[in-house]
Amino acid sequence: MSSLPRPGLRALILVRFREFFREPEAVFWVYVFPILLATGLGIAFRSQPAERVAVGWAEWTTARRDLLAALEGDSSFVVTRFADSTSAAGALRNGRVALLVLPATDSIRYRLDDTRPEAAAGRLRVDDALQRAAGRGDPVATGSQIVRERGSRYIDFLLPGLLGMNLMGSGIWGSGFAIVDARKKKLLKRLAATPMSRSDYLASFLLAQLVLLVLEVGSILTFGVLAFGVPVRGSLGTLLLVSAIGSLAFGGLGLLAAARPRTIEGASGLMNFIMLPMWVLSGVFFSASRFPGVIQPLIRALPLTALVDALRAVMLEGASLAGVGAELLVLAVWLALSFALALRLFRWQ
Amino acid sequence: MTQFTAPPSPFPALRLRDLHKSYKDVRAVDGLDLEVAIGECFGLLGPNGAGKTTTIEICEGLNQPDAGVVEVLGLTWVKNADQLRRRIGVSLQETQFAEKLTVEETIGLFRSFYGTGPTIEKLLTQVQLADKRRGRVGQLSGGQRQRLALAIALVGEPELLFLDEPTTGLDPQSRRQLWELIAGFRSEGRTVILTTHYMEEAERLCDRVAIVDRGRMIALGTPRELISDLGAEQVIEVAVAEDNGAAQIVAVAGVVQAGVAGALDTRVEGSVLSLRVERLHQSLPSLLDVLRRERVQIEELRTHAPTLEDVFVALTGRHLRDE
Repeated sequence: MSSLPRPGLRALILVRFREFFREPEAVFWVYVFPILLATGLGIAFRSQPAERVAVGWAEWTTARRDLLAALEGDSSFVVTRFADSTSAAGALRNGRVALLVLPATDSIRYRLDDTRPEAAAGRLRVDDALQRAAGRGDPVATGSQIVRERGSRYIDFLLPGLLGMNLMGSGIWGSGFAIVDARKKKLLKRLAATPMSRSDYLASFLLAQLVLLVLEVGSILTFGVLAFGVPVRGSLGTLLLVSAIGSLAFGGLGLLAAARPRTIEGASGLMNFIMLPMWVLSGVFFSASRFPGVIQPLIRALPLTALVDALRAVMLEGASLAGVGAELLVLAVWLALSFALALRLFRWQ
Repeated sequence: MTQFTAPPSPFPALRLRDLHKSYKDVRAVDGLDLEVAIGECFGLLGPNGAGKTTTIEICEGLNQPDAGVVEVLGLTWVKNADQLRRRIGVSLQETQFAEKLTVEETIGLFRSFYGTGPTIEKLLTQVQLADKRRGRVGQLSGGQRQRLALAIALVGEPELLFLDEPTTGLDPQSRRQLWELIAGFRSEGRTVILTTHYMEEAERLCDRVAIVDRGRMIALGTPRELISDLGAEQVIEVAVAEDNGAAQIVAVAGVVQAGVAGALDTRVEGSVLSLRVERLHQSLPSLLDVLRRERVQIEELRTHAPTLEDVFVALTGRHLRDE
């Protein structure tokens, strides 16, 4: 048929592509969904400078006009003057101002609801500004150095996590469902009656996944860089290699989950059972180091933790391949164990 | 159609000795002995649950027997599995091929597992699916799917074909189309082993038939031999009016068996009396006399030449399938 080696393996891989791209839902979940999720979370958690404090000034007391001028001259505040206490109370109640300043000749009172976070913080800032304007000096000179660097924002932390989670999802669902479906339709049994190499059949899922992965990583990464300016400090080659090994490890787990179940429901339960702890523990949305120290060794051994840590190291810290060696080793062990076990346990009928 | 003559072979296409296979509390195959010659078209005939599929899947290497000898083309699955898979072709009961792939792609996939074999083009023409080559498998009719399964069974140019119920669930026209195809395989020199519960199919296609029931072989021979072993020339079926009652019809059957000249045996199935007779012209007038004397109302009377179905009924007292 062809002079190239392994025509069976090549034909199987080709079938994987055809089946994948002829299934619109699969394309949506792998390519479109993570981008939608990243957009939503990116917008919700976008970094903003501290907001200006809305302050009300009780003008009816006519006291301390000098301090009012100082407050209005400070760009940190938006000052609204109130001529009567009724309108001032209304503005305070509905949150148009965070607090109301009631000046007297030799003192100042603040009116605020201390359960509102912006009111308590606003009081500190307003009080500080007024005290300075009234002549208070600082015993120690202080200053801030603002660091608003790409790579330290939430979206920068999140995107490698989402990428890892997506590689887990496509790796585990991708091979799992197709296999259980083929078993249910007795297609596996029919294939087992041919001289097809059985490890070729399983390997075709992993190899097809590697090609699809370039598109998957590419689309999520391009989106993150263009839409949010997420940094990619390490080499693109290293990033792809880390993604590939991670994807293979999850592909292996997918094959293992699909090795025996006869129904889609059975397989789906098993796959969720495999993925659930990693969704929670592996630090996709927040750092995994928040969990107690006792379970840290377990968390570190999970493939998603290893993948997400490695992706973050490469993207955010510019780590080299050697720098993520430990994580890659964890992933390689998962791949080898799950593939070998899947091949052994696999039910062809 | 030229008759294929097999070269003398030192081994049969299939040899089963004392085959046993049980599932939990069911003895699916219970001591089966069988030998199928090279070039033969052989049928395993029996009702659902007779053990046909278990037997054929053991022969295909897809199932392991509990005990017994299985030799396919002189080889065993234990020692020569890879070689056997290259030399046999298989059509399973109810395989559903991937719906999203086209006919051509599906055949191409299976073709890629074999070193040698016919071109996809040739296979498509042979099973008359050339005009559907770019059609999705999911769009095919039942008959077209079965023909696709046959094309896939042929991709490795097999010497031996196993077809498990190749025409079950098809309309009569599709069934006849498949019969022509299968008859064609045999004349190409392949050995064909098929299972069926259609006696007409077995009579049409098979050189020899084994009738199996409850995991055991209860008859073996050419369809002609099996039917003539019945010793009956004709079968008479009389549908009796319902108001005669079940008890009475059994009593009538007794009288008929005793009183009708040349009646080999008489059975009751619902409201139908069924007689196997040697000579219709002797037995029929005598039957009508008896029924008139017993005041039995006849709804319908039919006669037919015996078939494998009658053989099965005579051997087991049951029908091959409930229609």
